[in-house]
Amino acid sequence: MGVFVMPSLGADMEVGKLVEWLVKPGDSVHRGDVVAVVETQKGAIEIEIFQDGVVHDLLADLGRELPVGAPLATVVAEGEAVPETAETTTPEAPAPATEPEPEPAHAEPAATAPASPPPAAPPAADGALRVSPAARQLAAEKGVDLSALKGSGPGGAIVLSDVEDATAGKPAKKTSPMEEMHKAIAAAMTRSKRTIPHFYLTETIDIDDAIGFLDTHNETAPPDERFLLGAVLVRATALAAAKVKELNGHYLDDKGFVPSDMVNPGVAIALRGGGLVAPALMDAGAMSLAETMAGMRDLVTRARAGRLRGSEMTQGTITVSSLGETGAEAMSGVIFPPQVALVGIGAPKLRPWVVDGAVVPRRVLTVTVSADHRVSDGRQVARFIAEFARSVQTPEEP
Amino acid sequence: MTSTDIRAVYLEELLRVAPDLDADSIGDDDHIQDDLELDSMDVLNLVAALHERLGVDIPEKDYPEIATPGRAVGYLSKAA
Repeated sequence: MGVFVMPSLGADMEVGKLVEWLVKPGDSVHRGDVVAVVETQKGAIEIEIFQDGVVHDLLADLGRELPVGAPLATVVAEGEAVPETAETTTPEAPAPATEPEPEPAHAEPAATAPASPPPAAPPAADGALRVSPAARQLAAEKGVDLSALKGSGPGGAIVLSDVEDATAGKPAKKTSPMEEMHKAIAAAMTRSKRTIPHFYLTETIDIDDAIGFLDTHNETAPPDERFLLGAVLVRATALAAAKVKELNGHYLDDKGFVPSDMVNPGVAIALRGGGLVAPALMDAGAMSLAETMAGMRDLVTRARAGRLRGSEMTQGTITVSSLGETGAEAMSGVIFPPQVALVGIGAPKLRPWVVDGAVVPRRVLTVTVSADHRVSDGRQVARFIAEFARSVQTPEEP
Repeated sequence: MTSTDIRAVYLEELLRVAPDLDADSIGDDDHIQDDLELDSMDVLNLVAALHERLGVDIPEKDYPEIATPGRAVGYLSKAA
């Protein structure tokens, strides 16, 4: 029997709130099926299951905020005998794990499992406190002494609300989702800068021909078939990442760099009021420009509506972050762990440029690649930028 | 179609593209990119939706004409 747990939907996620089950006990499920909807700081995410089988029991109640690793459901293989009482508080490693996550032993068990009576609280091992990861993090931020707190969670575990109570001195004050997102992004970015030895290469590229190509195409195309420069940039990233594998994959603490055959560029989308989400455009290396554009439209639309999928949140292999049509001319970005590279793109600018020996006004764009020095070096990143520039300058090429 | 109808269609599609906007707080002079924070993909989605609903072809050079609800109503009334 397998246990389906609250997945980590990115380095910046600590907890998720289960808001909808799309399966019930007795339903057959297959790897990749969307089985639940979890609300995170980045909106509602559709969660896929990564095993085949039959749903045995739903363990988590709707509306509860649960830490990453908390058991959500049990799944048995077709024909597998079901044990009388399911032991569900020690989940196996989450299937879609792309990085080691905080110890599941500290996860708040789904205390409201309807089938099994609440287990007697196991005594905490030798003075070790039972603390949920979210509670631990908040306590660390606020400087709260955990040993002085009385836990209200299962088995006396200290949960987030206990720490909030302690810091507020009164019943937990709910922080806004936006504040929580900023906090989560801050934590992920701090971790990135602390652990990843970043280095940067920059190049300014003449994009006059690319803009000319887009203008010509868009003049006659109906709105549905128009292209944006952003699609050209994401496709150029995908094609370059397919050729320079040291920039495409994940760096895992236990395994080191694991390159990815598939290129899934995360497309950074700014959310209203601040914050960022970077869902992956899956297998973009195999897409034409029209397919890339259609895929990005779909991602942006779903990001706004809060219907991204868990796999899109975790399986990005490189990130593209673009400042859009107006704004600063260059950006050196922070890599989104466990990825190993980020392509930061400034706004297009009209600049004096030398073409065929003469200075002429051209529209140019500055790309800065942030890369992980544990995995790549300047030569490889330079090759990536050369491939990227070539693709951007020839957007019509298949 | 009256300008009131066109305004309603415009706002309806704007909210479909950006469902997290607060409908009541959108003013006639609010710029969809500078004030309401739509990105270029959102703008394209809005243009596509208006094309679908009103049959108005909005070329790229005319995008500034639909950048605020106030300007859009004038432009779309003439074109529709």
